[in-house]
Amino acid sequence: MKFKTNTSPFFSSENNVRSVMLQVLIALIPGTLVVAYFYGWGILINVALSVFFALALETLALILRKRPILPFLGDFSAFITGWLLALTLPPLIPWWVIFVGVFFAIIVAKHLYGGLGYNPFNPAMVGFAVLIISFPLEMTQWIQANHINTINTLQTTPPFGFIDSLKSVLGIAASTPDWDAITMATPLDAVKTGLRAGMPYSDIINQSPYLAKTTSNTWLWSGLVFTLGGLWLLYKKVIHWQIPSALILALIMISSLFHLFSNETYASPLLHVFSGATILAAFFIATDPVSASTTPLGKIIYGAGIGLLIYIIRTWGNYPDAVAFAVLIMNMAVPTIDYYTQPRTFGYGTANDKKPSSRRENNP
Amino acid sequence: MITVNSTNHSNEKVTPRKLGTFHGGVHPPFHKDDSNKPVINFAGIPKRLVLPLRQQLGSDAEPCVSVGDSVYKGQLIAHLNHHEGALSANIHAPTSGIIAAITKHALPHPSGLQAQCIIIEPDGKDESSSEHSFKPITDYATFSQNDLLERIQQAGIVGLGGAAFPTAVKLAGSKNAKIKTLIINGAECEPYITCDDRLMREKSAEIILGIKIVLRLINAEECLIGIEDNKPEAIEAMRLASANEFDIEVVSIPTIYPSGGEKQLIKILTRKEVPSGGLPSELGLLSQNVATAYSIYQAVMEGQPLISRIITVTGNGILHPQNFEVLIGTSFAHLAEQAGGTNKMADHLIMGGPMMGFALEDDNIPIIKATNCALFTSSTALRESNPAFSSQAIMPCIRCGKCMDVCPANLLPQQLYWHIRAKDLEKAKEHNLKDCIDCGCCNYVCPSHIPLVDYYRFAKVELREQKIAQEKADISRQRHEFLLYRKERDKRERDEKRAAHKAQLQAKKAAIAKKKADTGENADSDKSDISNSDTTKADAIKAAVARAKEKKIARETQADESLGKKSPRIKPTKNTGTNDEI
Repeated sequence: MKFKTNTSPFFSSENNVRSVMLQVLIALIPGTLVVAYFYGWGILINVALSVFFALALETLALILRKRPILPFLGDFSAFITGWLLALTLPPLIPWWVIFVGVFFAIIVAKHLYGGLGYNPFNPAMVGFAVLIISFPLEMTQWIQANHINTINTLQTTPPFGFIDSLKSVLGIAASTPDWDAITMATPLDAVKTGLRAGMPYSDIINQSPYLAKTTSNTWLWSGLVFTLGGLWLLYKKVIHWQIPSALILALIMISSLFHLFSNETYASPLLHVFSGATILAAFFIATDPVSASTTPLGKIIYGAGIGLLIYIIRTWGNYPDAVAFAVLIMNMAVPTIDYYTQPRTFGYGTANDKKPSSRRENNP
Repeated sequence: MITVNSTNHSNEKVTPRKLGTFHGGVHPPFHKDDSNKPVINFAGIPKRLVLPLRQQLGSDAEPCVSVGDSVYKGQLIAHLNHHEGALSANIHAPTSGIIAAITKHALPHPSGLQAQCIIIEPDGKDESSSEHSFKPITDYATFSQNDLLERIQQAGIVGLGGAAFPTAVKLAGSKNAKIKTLIINGAECEPYITCDDRLMREKSAEIILGIKIVLRLINAEECLIGIEDNKPEAIEAMRLASANEFDIEVVSIPTIYPSGGEKQLIKILTRKEVPSGGLPSELGLLSQNVATAYSIYQAVMEGQPLISRIITVTGNGILHPQNFEVLIGTSFAHLAEQAGGTNKMADHLIMGGPMMGFALEDDNIPIIKATNCALFTSSTALRESNPAFSSQAIMPCIRCGKCMDVCPANLLPQQLYWHIRAKDLEKAKEHNLKDCIDCGCCNYVCPSHIPLVDYYRFAKVELREQKIAQEKADISRQRHEFLLYRKERDKRERDEKRAAHKAQLQAKKAAIAKKKADTGENADSDKSDISNSDTTKADAIKAAVARAKEKKIARETQADESLGKKSPRIKPTKNTGTNDEI
């Protein structure tokens, strides 16, 4: 009797790339809904458009590169890239800005480097970096959160329904919104501008409708819900604990240090952790396995590096948020970090207990 | 650290043993219940027994029977290779019959390799003769260690855990190493396999006796028997059998693959790590499989050489999965028949377990001493999501690190894969590829279904070949360099000698000239001087020729000597394996 042959191991678990990515997507949903609750349909339209562009461009790239389309579209990686990029964009941003961002993320950062698994840089963050440099105005127009309208008395903001939002995004609205009236600086922006102008930190906080009350702090709430999603990913062992912990801890430590040193000229750790994209970065962006460090110790260094860079760029740099640049800079360091942080192999005294392999010299 | 209370029944050892853990490991579906219920049956005498002359790494045994000879059960049919360094083991006739052929036959080997085998046609009488069998040693304590060791060697016993390393060689090697603890491996961590489980349940007393023989042989102080806790009946039986042995302890260890790996089991039981590239004996440890202990018992106390072993026949392709006592040389087809035959689902035959075993193309292949399991199974039962069996493609590595999380050697499989794919074997070496134990955990969890172990196997072979080529190149380079050196040295010596000779001649000429000048002044002594100088010249020439001959001989011997002295350095220094000295 004849049998099929193959090589061991013959067993394989039911893990697959699709289920890994799907779990990341599921973990993103609650946080996204919270952001949408505060900022309205604009966020969901962003996500939908961005994901649509991402899948379309991924398909195009796969066709051009003569790769099988279904397995790669079905792995949800482009889906996640689009979704993550959308979450970093202000609501009601014109559709073509989204398209440019997604194009750089999927085509330039991912497929020009060889597609899934081969991109040295985080695609979503490449897209974001291109946008913030190219379209600084569009990228900083965050509309006022709807939720605040009901609490405070900023009645000038029109309520943006789904149709209005969509029309606005697609640029076919009857009248362009009065951006100055409906947008306002994000907390990080407000704090930065205020501190640069010499205002004491506590005054800035008290004047900001976002930050004055905990209940109205949209960033705090979305941050907390994204944290829940991240914890679920940790529980499901989709991500490792090192990167989120190191990132957040490093950020808390350096911001506490400066805040304690001078609490009126440096923002508090709470603001740094719960504003901008910190939480999203810690659990969803920096943990992108392809572009992140892969060794246990390397992940700590990588995460902490991002945390520190976020603080440095936010505090002394020119951009309001720094997650994209921090992640991209640390992406560059990954090969080096990985090489020097190999764990101790079984049967070795210490991690350094191995000699570099002897290279033959030609002239003894 | 896991603490398990491993109290013995009678002597109430209450100190719980603190167990160690190793990094990683996986929990695949173990399928132990498929085959661990029925008692061990004898698989019967098949129509034909095929006994490969080599059943382990090393060299062939040498046949000592001829075609047409009739042999008794237990008769030696091939003796181990006595050449120094040759690794082989005696082979005995599993039953009485006639030597039908000594010819090439397919081996249980992943490549379908053929090699020399002795083929016996059993006569069905299963006769043994006192002339061709061992005397049982009932009181082994009165026998010397050497006698016991010789018996184990004579009986052709090899490690039955899978590698089939000759047991006598292993024991002899550890006799001088001051072994403190004997580790008995009853972990049986591979899915599906239950032969050790059944053996421990049914033959616990015999195994304990075998262990005591080994303890005596190597002068060890204690013995730890590691059994995974998914075999409670085996643990119970072994504890009962060893209740009165104060130096034997049965330790229940957590079920996790690959806890039965030698180094992993040692880490669990003793919390010590065998150094990379080292042997357990460096830590005062020696490990043996339970089945080996049983066959040592059989060889010593029953006088039966290793002619049969326990094999699990299982999988969803077999009708009645169970364990058999099987004569070495029985075909897999016969085994399947004994277990009720195969069904339509059986499209895979795996020798060993699904994690580290290998697939056989044909079931008309003999089982050997190293065979512990015949797994007849369907592809779907093995891995439904696997690309080799389904349409799902192998995806690129996304560096998720799941492989790293489960690697029992604590390697970075994802980085190894990356470097090997880039053919950067030097980097793979720097990532300690050689410490990979081929356990397959990384492969098992990989969400991209990358055949990682295949990459590592390829790289290991490649590195080994590179090393051999390198050594060869080094030797020829050294030879060439020495040749150049010798040529240069000879030329230099010749030149020096020529120069010295010239100087001598000139000095002589000068002396003669001076003499001539002198004779010009003193004409009387001229004649006598000339005749004198004639004789001295002839003498001098003779002497010079003799001297030259002598020197030539001396130089040749010297050159030979220096060559002789150099030659050990030319040989690659095998123990270091590096070229540091060169």
